[in-house]
Amino acid sequence: MAALSEEQSMIRDQAKSWASEQAPVQKFREMRDSGVEQRFATTTWAEMVEMGWTGILVPEEYGGSELGYLTFGVILEELGRQLTASPLFASALVGASAIILAGNDEQKQTLLPKIVDGSEVLTLALEEGSHHQPVKTGLRAEKSQSGFTLSGNKTFVLEGMVATTFIVAARTSGETGDSEGISLFLVAADSEGVDRSAMRTVDSRGYAKIAFNNVNVASGALLGTLDQGLSVLEATLDRARAGIGAEMMGTAAQAFDMTLDYLKTREQFGNVIGSFQALGHRAAGLFSSMELSRSCMEAALQGIDNGDDDIAELASLSKAKMGAFLHEMSNQLIQIHGGIGMTDEFDAGLYLKRARVLEAAFGNQAYHRNRYAALLGF
Amino acid sequence: MSESTKPDQFRTSVREWVEGNFPSSLSNYVPSMEDDNDGSFPDLELWRKRLAEKGWGAPTWPTEYGGAGVSHPEAKVISQEINRVGGFNPIPALAGMGVTMVGPTLMEYGTDDQKQRHLPSIASGAVRWCLGLSEPNAGSDLASLNTKAEDKGDHFILNGQKVWTSGAHISQWCGALVRTDPDKKKRDGISFVMLPMDREGVETRLIKLISGASPFCETYFNDARADKIDLLGPLNQGWSVVKRLLQHERQSQTSASSGGTKRESLQDLAKRYVETNADGSIADADLRSRLILHLMDDQAHKLTVGRITAEARGKVEVSAAASILKNSATNVSQTRSELTLELMGSQGIGWEGDDFNEQELSTVREWLWGKAISIYGGSFEVQNNIISKNILGLPETTQKG
Repeated sequence: MAALSEEQSMIRDQAKSWASEQAPVQKFREMRDSGVEQRFATTTWAEMVEMGWTGILVPEEYGGSELGYLTFGVILEELGRQLTASPLFASALVGASAIILAGNDEQKQTLLPKIVDGSEVLTLALEEGSHHQPVKTGLRAEKSQSGFTLSGNKTFVLEGMVATTFIVAARTSGETGDSEGISLFLVAADSEGVDRSAMRTVDSRGYAKIAFNNVNVASGALLGTLDQGLSVLEATLDRARAGIGAEMMGTAAQAFDMTLDYLKTREQFGNVIGSFQALGHRAAGLFSSMELSRSCMEAALQGIDNGDDDIAELASLSKAKMGAFLHEMSNQLIQIHGGIGMTDEFDAGLYLKRARVLEAAFGNQAYHRNRYAALLGF
Repeated sequence: MSESTKPDQFRTSVREWVEGNFPSSLSNYVPSMEDDNDGSFPDLELWRKRLAEKGWGAPTWPTEYGGAGVSHPEAKVISQEINRVGGFNPIPALAGMGVTMVGPTLMEYGTDDQKQRHLPSIASGAVRWCLGLSEPNAGSDLASLNTKAEDKGDHFILNGQKVWTSGAHISQWCGALVRTDPDKKKRDGISFVMLPMDREGVETRLIKLISGASPFCETYFNDARADKIDLLGPLNQGWSVVKRLLQHERQSQTSASSGGTKRESLQDLAKRYVETNADGSIADADLRSRLILHLMDDQAHKLTVGRITAEARGKVEVSAAASILKNSATNVSQTRSELTLELMGSQGIGWEGDDFNEQELSTVREWLWGKAISIYGGSFEVQNNIISKNILGLPETTQKG
């Protein structure tokens, strides 16, 4: 439903030229080849902070600009086009959302300004198995004299190697699978008993598994209400799902543009291959899917900005639709490019690999189709 | 027309008028495109006349041509208020292709005389129009049409056959695409003429469709006369006229994803016909997942229509995304029909008789009729050609079309 405002269009243009000049896909490739553990370029991240992108969701009283989720999406889309790697999404979207939604005054005061100035990098430590299933949270947090003691393991933690504070979903009562009994905790990454190690994922981005070995936190580390963390966790996740949809759109749109360009230049049988109707119709089909998914993605982000009551439904619609389109588009990127698409030297592989990781993050297509139906009552 | 400038006041005045003028006897009347105002519903004629006096048959048209000169948002208010009392606007259906296609094209290409003679009777629903475009050998390749128009000074003499002329047997006027210069390249020798259906040499025959309905005709011209004062647009430039006409057609087809607002949701219908689990979910996992995919497609389509409308505000050019709407609407509508039949099981394969209820029978007829959606107004494949050539800029295909 979105028609971008003048300000949003300006931000998009700024993000587009910055990403393509300062953080293009070549830079991502260099980072990958260097094997650097933090999995992003320090200067890239510093420039994002400098441009104020870390404060887009944060209220002005905490040093942000509070421009909203659709505006954030406009930037993430441009970064998705170049596969630009940084903690922006993990910290300034997911982390900031959780603090804004659930944080008390002190937590907001302490963390939000530091998210904005880049001195803190927050990330959500949620997953415990190979499939997204928030209600299955099992990492235990037991009440102690001074607060809580956390024990258990988290996996697939985005930017887990560089995060300074983890937002940990833990079970404070009940059993795995219960919707009651989940609580969120803020845990400093340098706390005693936190042990992290890098996970080497196919997309060369920064993921980690984190072991919490009897980690003691003060009672003030509780984010939100004890045992009632699932609803705010889901609300945070819906913002993450909608936001990552914008990044997925950028990655898919770039794959589309690369493919369309190839259709217009590659010649076989004495003609450019885009003149073959089979490929023209395939391109038309991909374009149609792109436009339909874009509408879902933008509607989810705008729904959050408007405070609509169907955010969960829209977020699942968006994540499922974007997942399906990105999946198909990344496959066609390789297929239509033929042999060249199979070579590591060409960028298509980078997009294909990133596509699958984005699809899996915060619930894959199947997860969100099922959730969408459950929300509609069937 | 708006006697008030504030939107709330406008709505209030519309509401008062509708409440005072809509005949309650019509609240159970189900309008359809094939409605023939043959006098069997006297209140329908009364309602038509009342709407026509207000200019609300085609409310956005200028008042001098029988409209009300209101803005699109105001027209929406009028239609919402009419719907609110369970009413409907019968004029677009009664005018055949008049309100949706012929009128807007006349507004753009017509002479002052043509506009004055034709538009008011379209806006009032008094005259029904049909369109003679396709021919037996000119379907998707419309420009290869053969109906000949011979120049006789102040008129043409028409000879040929048209097909798929909707409602030709009950129409008073016809807009026809004819060949006025057989020597020119095929798109360059075509003109758009308008003629009354009661002219000598005009004959129609109903075509019975797989759904059992006969909304279409074959229309024959045997030395039929079309006056030159009713040539729309310049001679031999009918192709540009018809391109606009078909754009108006596509516009009128993209929003109709299926059915009225009161229709039962597909998931509710499913729950009446198939087994559910204790938590209310549909037990057949395969059927459930296909239903989800469809409902997501449906919502994505609606959100896209909304996005394009929002993006178009204040802009002249149509966004590229608009080109996908016809095929997307087709997909949603045809899949809905197929799924509905499947949900109904053996109750969804009835043709007639007491073994099936009214909803089941009409679902079957709609399913069959719906196969036309991906054929008319530029077939599914032609739409893909348009996207790949005009929107994506891919070169002309080796195949013609």
